[in-house]
Amino acid sequence: MSYGPYGEEERYTISGIRFSLLSPREIREMAKVTVIRADIYESDGSPIMGGLRDPHFGAIEPGERCPVCGNLRQDCPGHFGKIDLARPVMLPHLGEHIYRLLQATCRNCGRILIPNDKAAYMLQVYRRLKERWPVLADIFAEEVAKGASSTTECPHCGTKQYKLRLVKPYYLYEVREEGEVRLTPSEIRERLERIPDDDAELLGWDPKSSRPEWAVLTVLPVPPLSVRPSITTESSQRAEDDLTHALVEIVRQNERLKNFIASSAPESMIEEAWNTLQNVIAAYIDNELPNIYQLSHRGRKQLKTIAQRLKGKEGRLRGNLNGKRVNFSSRTVISPDPLISINEVGVPVEVAKILTVPMVVTPYNIEDARRYVLNGPYKWPGATVVYKKRENVKIDLRYQRNLRQLAESLEPGDIVERHLIDGDIVLFNRQPSLHRMSIMAHRVRVMPGRTFRLNLLVCAPYNADFDGDEMNLHVPRLDEARAEAEELLLVEKHILTPRYGGPIIGGRQDYISGAYLLTVKTTLLDINKVRELLRGVSDASVELPEPAILRPRPLWTGKQFISMFLPKGFNFRGRAKINAGDLKCDSEDCFYDSYVVVSDGRLLEGVLDKNTIGAEQPESLLHYLVLERGSEEGRRFLDTVFRAFIKMLELKGFTVSLSDVLVPAETMKRIKSMVANAKNDVIDLIRQYNEGTLEIIPGRTPEESLELRIIQRLQRLRDEAGKTAIDYMDVFNNAFIMARTGARGSDINITQMAAMLGQQTVRGRRITRGFRTRTLPHFKPGDLSPEARGFVAGNFRDGLSPHEVFFHAAGGREGLVDTAVKTSQSGYMQRRLINALQDLYVAYDGTVRDSENNIIQFRYGEDGIDPQKTYHGRAVNIDRIIEEVKNVTGGGAGA
Amino acid sequence: MPSTVKQPDRRILDHFLVPKHRILSLEEAVEVLNKLGIKPWQLPRISVNDPVIRLLGGKPGDIVEIVRNSPTAGEYVTYRVVVSY
Repeated sequence: MSYGPYGEEERYTISGIRFSLLSPREIREMAKVTVIRADIYESDGSPIMGGLRDPHFGAIEPGERCPVCGNLRQDCPGHFGKIDLARPVMLPHLGEHIYRLLQATCRNCGRILIPNDKAAYMLQVYRRLKERWPVLADIFAEEVAKGASSTTECPHCGTKQYKLRLVKPYYLYEVREEGEVRLTPSEIRERLERIPDDDAELLGWDPKSSRPEWAVLTVLPVPPLSVRPSITTESSQRAEDDLTHALVEIVRQNERLKNFIASSAPESMIEEAWNTLQNVIAAYIDNELPNIYQLSHRGRKQLKTIAQRLKGKEGRLRGNLNGKRVNFSSRTVISPDPLISINEVGVPVEVAKILTVPMVVTPYNIEDARRYVLNGPYKWPGATVVYKKRENVKIDLRYQRNLRQLAESLEPGDIVERHLIDGDIVLFNRQPSLHRMSIMAHRVRVMPGRTFRLNLLVCAPYNADFDGDEMNLHVPRLDEARAEAEELLLVEKHILTPRYGGPIIGGRQDYISGAYLLTVKTTLLDINKVRELLRGVSDASVELPEPAILRPRPLWTGKQFISMFLPKGFNFRGRAKINAGDLKCDSEDCFYDSYVVVSDGRLLEGVLDKNTIGAEQPESLLHYLVLERGSEEGRRFLDTVFRAFIKMLELKGFTVSLSDVLVPAETMKRIKSMVANAKNDVIDLIRQYNEGTLEIIPGRTPEESLELRIIQRLQRLRDEAGKTAIDYMDVFNNAFIMARTGARGSDINITQMAAMLGQQTVRGRRITRGFRTRTLPHFKPGDLSPEARGFVAGNFRDGLSPHEVFFHAAGGREGLVDTAVKTSQSGYMQRRLINALQDLYVAYDGTVRDSENNIIQFRYGEDGIDPQKTYHGRAVNIDRIIEEVKNVTGGGAGA
Repeated sequence: MPSTVKQPDRRILDHFLVPKHRILSLEEAVEVLNKLGIKPWQLPRISVNDPVIRLLGGKPGDIVEIVRNSPTAGEYVTYRVVVSY
């Protein structure tokens, strides 16, 4: 293993990759063995010469010397063999290409069906196109082929041309006057041979690397044994690879065909054997081609042949090349830890002892290095491997007896693979990695336990929760990588998202409730409470202001507490989330404390809730703080004040109980009568409908009109019932606080608990499914009344009746199906979008370019602005600048 | 090949949705390409059959400057190379 810059070995740059057909000559030249025997082993168990395990395929057994190259198996690359086919066979996946080629060329002279001069001009155009826009050249060639195919008489030799018919995958028929005639692979090959190079080129082939006739095999290459290794089970039973099985079948059919020909068997038998051979070779290349007999094991399991190895999610391309497994990574369940910084990640000791970082010994760290070595591989913080520079040896500490002596012998220049320790930079990732915040750098904090610990505030960018989520952790090992991760990927640099120019990290759930409870007017903190809160905020070095109330004892407001952590000179004004409904205010003169004012770093009025400190809330207090004061200041705010929010909840105690959704009997009675009224209205609507006097909504049928009117009426009922119930609730009701501050739940949730569930819908309509003319046998056929069509008047507090449960489940199921469908569809869309955009980049001159340096945009986003550093997409916020100036100059007109 | 059929209506040039096109002189074109460090084919393309290009008499290989109004940037300048297809 080497560290640091690349060694002296020469490096090459790949300038291009070309795919082409193997020529029979190449196949013959590279073949070291000709396979003629369909059996693999002799009766004594040794491989048969000229069979598919002939030793000339390369050394594979330990200690075996390759008869071809003389190497042991570590150094023998493996060698190809060949099967000489008794008759030519088409390459099955090239059927369409051959068909196109034959149709565009003369069946007699092989020339393209275009007059000489025109063809010459077109070839010139084609070559020019190929140079600059290869994709266009291909389209051009296709057009040329299309044009040539419609010619009925050869312009060169005058031969009449027939239409061809392709039966997939590779049967070609010539449509002559006397009927359809099948073209044998031999005939096809002869015709392809006659096509001159220039004509083939004009039809989109590259005859220098792939002559058309090579698409019809005369000799089949057999891959080396290392490509199709056999496995030996404990009972020393040999199991061959699927490819070997397929090749055995090919050899068998080939030999059968050979015998028929040699014994001049009837033409029909030869034909049959030939077709079988063709089919077997097709299956060897792709066992899932349509219209072929698939090769299978005796147990009728399909053979995995060449195409099956490459294709699909677990195939070579997607499974092994695009997606690889990596070292120095770890994966485990995540769990929350509100006490670590958002920049940190808790790593179990067990993991820290496996993941290592190379540490170059210098005079400055040699003491540390000695300590790590002394601790050895099993005691944290230790080391697993030492590279001695002078001796140029690698010492595995697991097998090292005398650690003390080794530690003593360390000298500058040695490299110690030490355990992960506190402060190391690691990359942390949760799939699906949909945006750049799905992989961020964290500082390690080694702790007991077996889970990765993360601060709750970073759940938002990862979209993580703790119901069993697992996450991956990677250790960058080189100094360069570590520096890059720290500077660019650290969590605090991603509090703001480039997606919409706002904070993606911020308060959620209990943080919001806590913030509200701390800042609400009724909260007054005595010195003990303040101390307790400050204790929750570890690195707080703040100055306690003069208490808001001095007697009978000093008391501070929650707003004063918050103000200790806001930077001087910071200003903000805006509406709180609770600024709605009865608590609406439009200015700072707000009785309900729902208009937030921060002046010079002091929270003067208003409560903090989702609109000011919430996650994914652009143009909020948190947003301006992070954007204008820098990510470090932002991180400090999140690591301190937010911890106080949680502490506040702990001090106060916060829960939701039955009593929170309890409504006085008198209110329930009112709701009941509202239900009765609505039902009467609906019955009246149905009556109108039956009489034909119902007012029809334009563009709707009478039935639709009725449904819409009923839904409307029932919607109104639920809204009113909800309002009645919620109006009754006091402002200290915890469910109410959560709904109104945006911490969790909504008015609808409260309505459903306290008042009624309301109309259940499937596909936006009242529930009509079930039996022929009714939803459930509880109802009369044709009953259109609310309760027969999924209206649930019950609530979660009192419980639902059986049919109500059923309707609710029907509506709930739809939601589940919707999310499942939506995620899979948007996931696929995202994948295609990323594939299309992945190698675009912003160049240093501000242009957007692709991998070939083609220009996509002359200035990134037309304005060259980084959306992460914007105010919700706007580069400058004039209002805020004006505010700023006003404050600096001493406020408005008076200045 | 510019179509020889009817020329497009000149008034399209004044339409508010049609950005300002200008065919660059050889010197200007070279300067633009040098500034961006690219060859002509690395520019976005525009067809000779594009109505505006036909009106301006652009030939394949010409480089056109297009100045369009942008809601975010005010004015956004792009360059396109005229191609024959």
